[in-house]
Amino acid sequence: MIKLNNLVASYTTTRGQVNAVDGINITIPSGQIVGIAGESGCGKSTLLKVIYGDLIYPLALKTGNIQYGFEDNSGKEVTTDNIKDYWFKRISYIPQSSMSSLNPVIRIRKQFVDFQDRLKPESEILDEVREYIQNLDLPPEAIDAYPHQLSGGMRQRIMVAMGTFFKPDIILADEPTTALDVVVQKGILLLLMEIQEQMNNTILFVSHDMGVHYQITHKMLIMYAAKVVEFGDSEAVFKAPLHPYSKMLTESLPTIGDDKVREGIEGRPPSLWDNLQGCRFAARCPLVTELCRKQEPELIEHRPGHFAACHHADKV
Amino acid sequence: MKMNNRLKIGIIILTMFVLAGLILPLFNDVDPTKQGTYPKNMPISFEHFLGTNSLGQDIFWFLVYAVRNSLFLGVTVSICTTTIAMSVGLISGYVGGWVDRIIMTLTDSVIAIPLFPILIVLATLVRGNTSSWVVGAILVVFGWAWGARTIRSMALSIREREFINMAKFSGSTTLEIVFREVFPYVYAYGIVSFINAILWVINTEASLAVIGLSKVEIPTLGSILFWALSYNALFTGQYVWVIAPVVATVLLFLGLFLTSTGYNQMYATRRGHS
Amino acid sequence: MNTVLKTVGLNKTYRLGGFINPLKINALDEVNLTIESEKPVIVSLVGESGSGKTTLAKVILRLVAPSSGQAMIYDQFVAGDGANVSKKEILSSVQPIFQNPFEAFSAYRTVDAYLERTATRIAGLSASDAVDAMQTALSSVGLKYADVKGKYPNQFSGGELQRVSIARALIPHPKMIIADEPVSMIDASLRMNIINLFLSLKEEYNTSFLYITHDLATAYYVSDYIAVMYRGTIVEFGEGKSILKNPQHPYTQLLLNSVALTDRKWERKTFIASDMEAKEFQFTGCRFKNRCPIAEDICTHKRPPPIRQEDGRDVYCHFATEEPEGMKV
Repeated sequence: MIKLNNLVASYTTTRGQVNAVDGINITIPSGQIVGIAGESGCGKSTLLKVIYGDLIYPLALKTGNIQYGFEDNSGKEVTTDNIKDYWFKRISYIPQSSMSSLNPVIRIRKQFVDFQDRLKPESEILDEVREYIQNLDLPPEAIDAYPHQLSGGMRQRIMVAMGTFFKPDIILADEPTTALDVVVQKGILLLLMEIQEQMNNTILFVSHDMGVHYQITHKMLIMYAAKVVEFGDSEAVFKAPLHPYSKMLTESLPTIGDDKVREGIEGRPPSLWDNLQGCRFAARCPLVTELCRKQEPELIEHRPGHFAACHHADKV
Repeated sequence: MKMNNRLKIGIIILTMFVLAGLILPLFNDVDPTKQGTYPKNMPISFEHFLGTNSLGQDIFWFLVYAVRNSLFLGVTVSICTTTIAMSVGLISGYVGGWVDRIIMTLTDSVIAIPLFPILIVLATLVRGNTSSWVVGAILVVFGWAWGARTIRSMALSIREREFINMAKFSGSTTLEIVFREVFPYVYAYGIVSFINAILWVINTEASLAVIGLSKVEIPTLGSILFWALSYNALFTGQYVWVIAPVVATVLLFLGLFLTSTGYNQMYATRRGHS
Repeated sequence: MNTVLKTVGLNKTYRLGGFINPLKINALDEVNLTIESEKPVIVSLVGESGSGKTTLAKVILRLVAPSSGQAMIYDQFVAGDGANVSKKEILSSVQPIFQNPFEAFSAYRTVDAYLERTATRIAGLSASDAVDAMQTALSSVGLKYADVKGKYPNQFSGGELQRVSIARALIPHPKMIIADEPVSMIDASLRMNIINLFLSLKEEYNTSFLYITHDLATAYYVSDYIAVMYRGTIVEFGEGKSILKNPQHPYTQLLLNSVALTDRKWERKTFIASDMEAKEFQFTGCRFKNRCPIAEDICTHKRPPPIRQEDGRDVYCHFATEEPEGMKV
């Protein structure tokens, strides 16, 4: 289980500090694919970076910490302080764009073994990699190529291979298929689901594509303006949401074969620079009352395993 | 627009120089270039702030006029070269095709010609009888090419951006697009280029003057050094005569440099959150 | 009956590489499209990257010249041989909306500068009439001129900016608006605001839309006609909703099997992914042959011609039958 305890992360800019993640307090069960969704600027990519431990200036963890659910060699629990030691081995990150993550002038195989404490000789590891990538429909010679010699789909499958080869406990994927065609995307996502079923690890999957979330996730985390507004089983969040934002979001999406009239949500999310009081969705919410404007709703477990931050969750 | 410290200091220094060059001469009615006005080689005193030199000139006033002339030359030439570089670069980069090829061939030829040997050859032919205008004109002819090339490559990349298409579909003419759409994106570079050009002009003129290839009767930062060196100022212990223009030049350069980089810094951060 | 859009033998070939052995990519290969309608229509060009949909849009907008062939909008030549129309005439009949609203405006100019320029130059209005035109256009997209005047792009959200972009395109009352992925960079919750706008503006301004997208769900919602493209060729064309509910070309079926929707789960079947993209452009026969489950020899040699089906659609496949099969919804 990954425990996020009162997480607040901020960016330091010339205008001052802004909290891109503003108080997240949840427990993510392991062995599932958890989708993180929300509008641009809601903090989902930042959350992923914080969980990965990629906290370089101007991003910093202001308060809170994360318990990752596994221990180091001395038996102590791993937290944000030492998670960096476990990069690639127990936690990995699959980025959005393969072309900017792979060094274009180095053969791919070098980038597979480019880290310290290798317990086995390099050639042995590479042989194992060549075996492994065949499961991803890649020819074993793929790792001997330069990045530009492979197609976009193949490159992204290499990124998935790099992120899963060492069988990490936690895989963080930040929009890994957004830039790809739908056909290629489906192939890679099915692959990811298979890997998760085999290794039984936890995948945190960030995307703005709600359709993708519906297809592959077991649980959904919906974020809005740096806060978590809903968290629960995917079926429940899509079919019986407890937060007006989730409801309006899923209902705005058209689908094929259904001629229902769809509406987008009016307005836009509040600026995180403003002094925000009360519920951050209040300005756009059809169920808003005075209480919503004054008091920020807590993330409460309204139904078993289904959390929502809304004063009027029962009316949604 | 918050100015950072670097920019503030740079502007303060430059303002001091500009004021010194413009206002101080109003307080002086003695021609500083006339030799033998005062007793030679006098030390620093209340009457002569920096003493006098071997030619009987007051060093301080000579320096004031020198700064004024150098700055004037620098700014005038720089305005010309920057305007030419901008226009040539923008049109060449945006229009492209054979227009671009012809202009860039010309530009590259100018860049390839080594400036200094040409200037020396020209100056030896004319032997110190070149007026400042001729020197200025030559500097303009050689000074625009590099900037034009840089701006042309900037224009090339801006041309591919979507808002250029939007301007076309809104009915803008080519010239309007070049100057209203593309220009704002290169103008910050233009300012930096302008200031650097001033530096370059003053420097080149000073180098020429020190070798005696400019009109050395006219006070400029370079001509002071020329006279000082001709009269072996360092050997005869007249350190002030040499040090004063050097310090003034360094300070002026510092002012220009700080303003240029300070502006660049401020501009970059401003773009960051728009 | 108006001929909304007609392309005849439209080709666009790009040559990559050096002089000796350049790679020829037919971004558009003999595209023949005819759309006729009395009323304004929304036509979607659907396909993945490399399909040629964006190239077709660029040819119609005259941003790219075709290698051969012609294109016409409402019987007016816009591209290719014979397109001796003045730029001004075309600009008042065909206007674009771009994908990235933030890139579509210069950061140094106010957004209304573009609207004003369009009103005075293309619609030929006087300065005071231009203000009226801007007010009308902006209110059609749900914005007020007073809220837009004097503001720079960074003062708007993506959705608002895209609406300003649409307003600008409406000012000259064009016959057709070409929208290239207009909502792909807009947040999911705001997309339908723009898509619904297309539907209402179609009636209000009597303008047809060419909607280029890879998002089949919005294409379903909004289209009267759909052309599915693959590697520079059209593979299926016809009435929007019936093509997506009942695809007949194997590629269209593949697309519909792969799209991630929110009301049905994927079949866990895998398929052949294409890893030889550039080579597929060189095929003399059907471009989809390599990945097609029903391909036969004839597909290698002969380009499939359009076969007219009962419901009026064209399917570019040798094995298109009269009875619709495929994904039942």
